[in-house]
Amino acid sequence: MTTTVYIPGDAGALSIGAGAVAQAITAEAQRRGARIALVRNGSRGAYWLEPLVEVVTSGGRQAYGPVTPAEVPALFAADFLNGGAHPLALGLTESLPWLKGQQRLTFERVGVIDPVSVADYVKHGGYQGLKRALSMAPGDIVQAITASGLRGRGGAAFPTGIKWQTVLEQTAAQKYITCNADEGDSGTFADRMLMEGDPLELIEGMTIAGLAVGATQGYIYLRAEYPHAHAALQAAIAAANAAGYLGADVAGAGKRFDVEVRLGAGAYICGEETSMLESLEGRRGEVRVRPPLPAVKGLFGQPTVVNNVVTLASVPWILAHGAQAYAQFGMGKSRGTLPIQLAGNIRRGGLVERAFGLTLRELLYDYGGGSATGKPIRAVQVGGPLGAYIPAAQFDTALDYEALAGIGAMLGHGGIVVFDDTVDMARMARYAMEFCAIESCGKCTPCRIGSTRGMEVIDRILAGVDGERNVRLLEELCETMVHGSLCGLGGMAPFPVQSALKYFREDFRARVG
Amino acid sequence: MDTLQAPEIAAIRRIVAEHQGRPGPLLEVLHAIQAALGFIPAGAVPVVAQQLNISRAEVHGVITFYHYFRRSRPGAHIVSLCQAEACQSMGAAALAAHARERLGIDFHETTADGRFSLDPIYCLGNCACSPAALIDGRLYGRVTPERFDALIAENSTSS
Repeated sequence: MTTTVYIPGDAGALSIGAGAVAQAITAEAQRRGARIALVRNGSRGAYWLEPLVEVVTSGGRQAYGPVTPAEVPALFAADFLNGGAHPLALGLTESLPWLKGQQRLTFERVGVIDPVSVADYVKHGGYQGLKRALSMAPGDIVQAITASGLRGRGGAAFPTGIKWQTVLEQTAAQKYITCNADEGDSGTFADRMLMEGDPLELIEGMTIAGLAVGATQGYIYLRAEYPHAHAALQAAIAAANAAGYLGADVAGAGKRFDVEVRLGAGAYICGEETSMLESLEGRRGEVRVRPPLPAVKGLFGQPTVVNNVVTLASVPWILAHGAQAYAQFGMGKSRGTLPIQLAGNIRRGGLVERAFGLTLRELLYDYGGGSATGKPIRAVQVGGPLGAYIPAAQFDTALDYEALAGIGAMLGHGGIVVFDDTVDMARMARYAMEFCAIESCGKCTPCRIGSTRGMEVIDRILAGVDGERNVRLLEELCETMVHGSLCGLGGMAPFPVQSALKYFREDFRARVG
Repeated sequence: MDTLQAPEIAAIRRIVAEHQGRPGPLLEVLHAIQAALGFIPAGAVPVVAQQLNISRAEVHGVITFYHYFRRSRPGAHIVSLCQAEACQSMGAAALAAHARERLGIDFHETTADGRFSLDPIYCLGNCACSPAALIDGRLYGRVTPERFDALIAENSTSS
């Protein structure tokens, strides 16, 4: 009898030894004459348990982790291929407390299926959304997305349906669907996990978007830092083409849709939509002035949908289960679920998909188990390098676009970076300016030059030179950058600086004297 | 150094020809040149510009805008250390200091024996397993100074 064994091919799992574990299990199985079928799945997102090995038994998928190559002979000796007891045994994967309470809609298949098998994808509910979309008028597809309440998961939280409606209304010889896969925010990896773990869901979402607005060509703008996602997407696109889900005759419905991956080249700014379009056209990723909006005049001057990976990957579920089913999740104006990423100094880091409304405290302590170092958590940065630092006193804030905006923070792409009490917030503020200086596209002076001046001013504060005066100067500089930049990089890079000054002023004052 | 030889020019011409018909091909062309040669030599600029019918300034502007594109030959192994916030929260700065000392070079430099180049990188999407490093396209998580030394030792014997 052949036993199916799942070992993640996810980049994060590979980074801590999943490849060596797969080799050890294959070799040991051969040595013992045990017949196994190895599947390289995505990650379930519980990174502290990676490499997480799953074995298919009659009772379900049994999990073992974190597995090291050295443990492999003992696992075989304990008959783990039949779910045998072993200190690394975690029970049924679906019963893991960390996974059990999650509401996985967009990530329902990530870590479950063979990522590049169309058959496995369809078997687990894939292409149901496309099937539904093919029976609908374009305007009705857009209406369903609007009714679902889906907002852009890349960070800007703009209503997706409104964006699509604008593109649908344009008359043009060619329209485009572009997927922004330039996930550059520190503390975020949902896009990467999804592209590696269920790339066909993204491709299906783009195909549905194409049907909705009348676009026949899709581009995925992927960051060069993600070689594993690149390989998964290329394999999935080839498989979808071979199975007739992409190309001249999508699912036999006589409609054309093609998808191509284009690689970025290490520029954070290209996650900004107009800069991404410039880069896709083969130019420097300098921000464009809006209007015109990309929905009217986008890629190569044509009407273009620009959506984040998770936004597009949420579309198939909405079409398959209905807009109302999706809108039932969430709170206020934040409908549906959000894949939250727990990162940095956290004991149990990984991906938690839940309806909007969970508090930071629940995430940090119930899911995360506190800091990795065991020290008190002093601050978290939510929403990437342009997001505010949030002090422990505000950990009861709910994760909802409006609630975070209410405390001067932002949810962004749902990444939470945790810092313990050894963090020096003045240094983190300096880093925010340094990052902006490195990554500025150079178009707006306050961003291009202000960020460098900001580093210098903080250096003077750190050196104890004229502290009070320089803190005031820094506050003024932040104001200028916020109001004098075209896009979010210069306009928001001051947020972490301002929040550090506001909530952690003692870290600056220590140097003031 | 790095005067282009005829076979290299021919290779670049072939790469441009392959991508020429596609919309907005310049980044694709530069990626392909770097994949083939390890970097984008100055001599490639006029060849690409002429064949794509754009100015040399435009090609130069694009190469210099993106951190990923290299204008000089890198070491045999490229070591990139994540310096973004999540990795900082788990000791990325100390790891970077260790790496500089171990390799005897600063960021953006290559060892004298041409074996290693050391680069900062801003997020590898491995933020739940910080600090992270990328060595020749392989991702590593929870990199301690000891693990870093072991990885460098592994790569010191092979080219």
